[in-house]
Amino acid sequence: MWDYSEKVMDHFLNPRNSGEIEKPDAVGEVGSMTCGDALRLTLKIDKKERIADAKFQTFGCGSAIASSSILTEMIKGLTLEEASRITNKDIAGQLDGLPPEKMHCSVMGMEALEAAINNYRGRAIEHEELEGTIVCKCFGVTDEKIERVVRENNLSTVEDVTHFCKAGGGCEECHPQITKIIQKFQAEKGVAVDTGADRERPKKLTNIQKMHLIMETIDREIRPGLNADGGDIELIDIDGDRVLVALRGSCAECVASSFTLKSGVEAKLKEFVSDALTVEEVEQ
Amino acid sequence: MKTVYVDNNATTRVDPKVLREMEPYFCDLYGNPSSMHHFGGQVAGAVKRARQQVAEIIGADPSEIVFTSCGTESDNAAIWGTLHSYPQKHHIVTTRVEHPAVLTLCNHLMKQGHSVTELPVNHEGLLDLDQLRDAITPYTAVVSIMWANNETGVIFPVEEIAEIVKEKGSVFHCDAVQAVGKIPIDMKKNKIDMLSLSGHKLHAPKGVGALYIRKGTRFTPFFIGGHQEHNRRGGTESVPSIIGLGKACELALAYMDEEKTRVKALRDRLEAGLLANIPNALLNGHQTHRLPNTSSLSFEYIEGEGILLLMSREGIAASSGSACTSGSLEPSHVLRAMGVPFTGAHGSIRFSLSRFNTDDEVDYILEKIPPIISRLRELSPFWKRRNRSAAFQ
Repeated sequence: MWDYSEKVMDHFLNPRNSGEIEKPDAVGEVGSMTCGDALRLTLKIDKKERIADAKFQTFGCGSAIASSSILTEMIKGLTLEEASRITNKDIAGQLDGLPPEKMHCSVMGMEALEAAINNYRGRAIEHEELEGTIVCKCFGVTDEKIERVVRENNLSTVEDVTHFCKAGGGCEECHPQITKIIQKFQAEKGVAVDTGADRERPKKLTNIQKMHLIMETIDREIRPGLNADGGDIELIDIDGDRVLVALRGSCAECVASSFTLKSGVEAKLKEFVSDALTVEEVEQ
Repeated sequence: MKTVYVDNNATTRVDPKVLREMEPYFCDLYGNPSSMHHFGGQVAGAVKRARQQVAEIIGADPSEIVFTSCGTESDNAAIWGTLHSYPQKHHIVTTRVEHPAVLTLCNHLMKQGHSVTELPVNHEGLLDLDQLRDAITPYTAVVSIMWANNETGVIFPVEEIAEIVKEKGSVFHCDAVQAVGKIPIDMKKNKIDMLSLSGHKLHAPKGVGALYIRKGTRFTPFFIGGHQEHNRRGGTESVPSIIGLGKACELALAYMDEEKTRVKALRDRLEAGLLANIPNALLNGHQTHRLPNTSSLSFEYIEGEGILLLMSREGIAASSGSACTSGSLEPSHVLRAMGVPFTGAHGSIRFSLSRFNTDDEVDYILEKIPPIISRLRELSPFWKRRNRSAAFQ
C-alpha cells in the first residue's frame, strides 16, 4: 500500500472541481491511456486574465486524481501570470508530499496547466513531449522534458527521473542517455558526479595500458562466466578500438554466440576499458 | 468494518487447524530433526509425516519432495539446479506470462550469457503447443511453464506439454504454486520432472514451500550446506512451517471437491453479477480453462489503484494489474502479453476466492463495486468520449 498523506486521501475521496467547464476559455490535455494517466483541465478566464473557474477530469491513480484536484484549488483566482509560475513541487507540497514513485502525478498537473495557458494565449496545443528528441521510447519522453525535471527538482539519479516523468521506466535502454543528461546538469552546477565507471577508469590510456586493461577485463570479468558454461574466449588482436576475439568450446557452436559477444563481452569492455571499443568475432 | 478478503492468489489465511498442528513445534518439540536424541527423533518423525502429506496431494512419492522456503526458491532451485546439471546446454524455454520468480531469473541468466525463449500467448492467455515444440532445441536445458496463471487463473495443458518436452529430450519444470490445492494433480499420471508449490497459497503459513523432483532427475542443489533433504537443500528444516504445510495439504485434499463446486459457484456468481451490472467490463483469460477461484476483470477507462483504494474503504481486499499499484510504470505483463488493450489493462481487478468466502460476501461485493466504478468513470476524461475519439486512446 502506498503511504499517502491525509491530504492526498482527502482530495482523492472528495475531489474538488471535478468535471468539465462548458465553453471553456482554455483547455489543457496531457497524458494518454497508454501511459496510464491523463488529465484534462478546463478553465474559465475573465477579462483581467484571472482564472475564474477550473475543472478537471483525470484518468489515473489516487495521487493523480488528488494532484488534479488540488491544482484546481490552487489556481482559482490567480492571474495567468501567477499561475504560470506554479511548479510540480508546489503541487506536491500542497498535498503534504507524494511518495517518490508518484511524483510524475504532480508533473502532469503542472503540464496540464501550462498546456491550458498556452491554449488560451492562442498557441497551438502542443504537448511538451513533442519538443526535443525522444529519449525514452517506452513512454515517449524527450531530452528537453528530462532536462527540465532534473533542473527544477535537482534530481541526481535515473530512478528519480523515472519517478518524476516516467522516462526509463520501461525497457531501461535509455538509462545511459538519462545519466548523461543528469551529468550535464550536475557539471553545470559544478558538482562532480560519481558514476563509478569514471573512478576505475583512467582518463587517457596509452596503447600498452589499453591492451593490458582489455586482457585483464577479459580474464576477470568475461572468461569465468563463459568457462562456467563450458566455453572460452581468446583475444586475437587489438586494432585501434576494434577488439578481435574468437569464441571457443561450447560458445563456438552456440546459436546465441553473437548475442554473448555483443551483450556480454562488448558491454564489459566498454564498462571497464573504453566506450569507444567494439568487439568482432574472427574465425581462427 | 466488514472485511471481505478476495485476494487469495496473493496469500491466504492460515487455517486454524493448521496453526493448532504447528503450535507444539515452537516451545515443546523444538528439536533439530538431524539430532541424535529424542528431541530430534520426535521432530524427524513429524517432518516425515508432513512429507507424506505433501506427496499425497500431488500423487508423488515422499522421497521426491524437497522442502524449501517459498515458491520463488523452488522455482530458482529447479531452473538453476537443472542448468548446472547440464553445463553444455544454455537455452531455457518459458512463457511471457510466468511469475517474476521465473521471468526475472531468466532475465538475469540471459545477462550471464544464457539464451531464453519466451513463448507468447493468445488473447485468451493460451499457448500454441506447435510453437513450444519448435522452440525446444538440443541445447534446451530446461522448459519452465506454469500450471495456472496467478493473475488470470488460466490453466496450461502442462501434462501435454510434459509429453512434448520429454519427447524433445529436455527437462520440464512446472510452477504449480497457484494450482496445488485448487485443482487435482497426480504426478503418477504425467511426465513433469519438477514442480514448485508454496504453502501460503493453500492456507499454510508464509515462508515454506516445496519442490517436487521426480526420481532419476539430475539436480544440483541451489542451497549448498548440510545433508538435509537428502543433500538436495542445505539448511535446518523450518519444522513448524513444514508441519503446517503438511496439514494444509491434507486439508486441501479433503476440500478439493468444495473448490470445484462451492468456491467455483461463488466465483461464477460474482463474475456474472459484475459483468451484467457494469458496462464496459471484460473478462481476462479463457472462460473455462481456468482455476475455479480466480476472476480477472477489466473495467475500461479507469485505473485500478483508485478502484482498489475505494474497495478497501468498504473492507474489500483484491488486487490489480494496473501499473500504479505495482510501483512499476507498465501494466501487468500477463495482460499485455494477452494483448488486453490499454483501455482495460490499467483497470483490471483480480478477485481470487477461497473456501473461507461466503455467499453473503459475494452479495456484499456485488452491491459495493458498481457505484465505485461509476464514481471513477465520472472523473475520467475518457469515459464520456469513449465512443467519440479513438485517437485519444
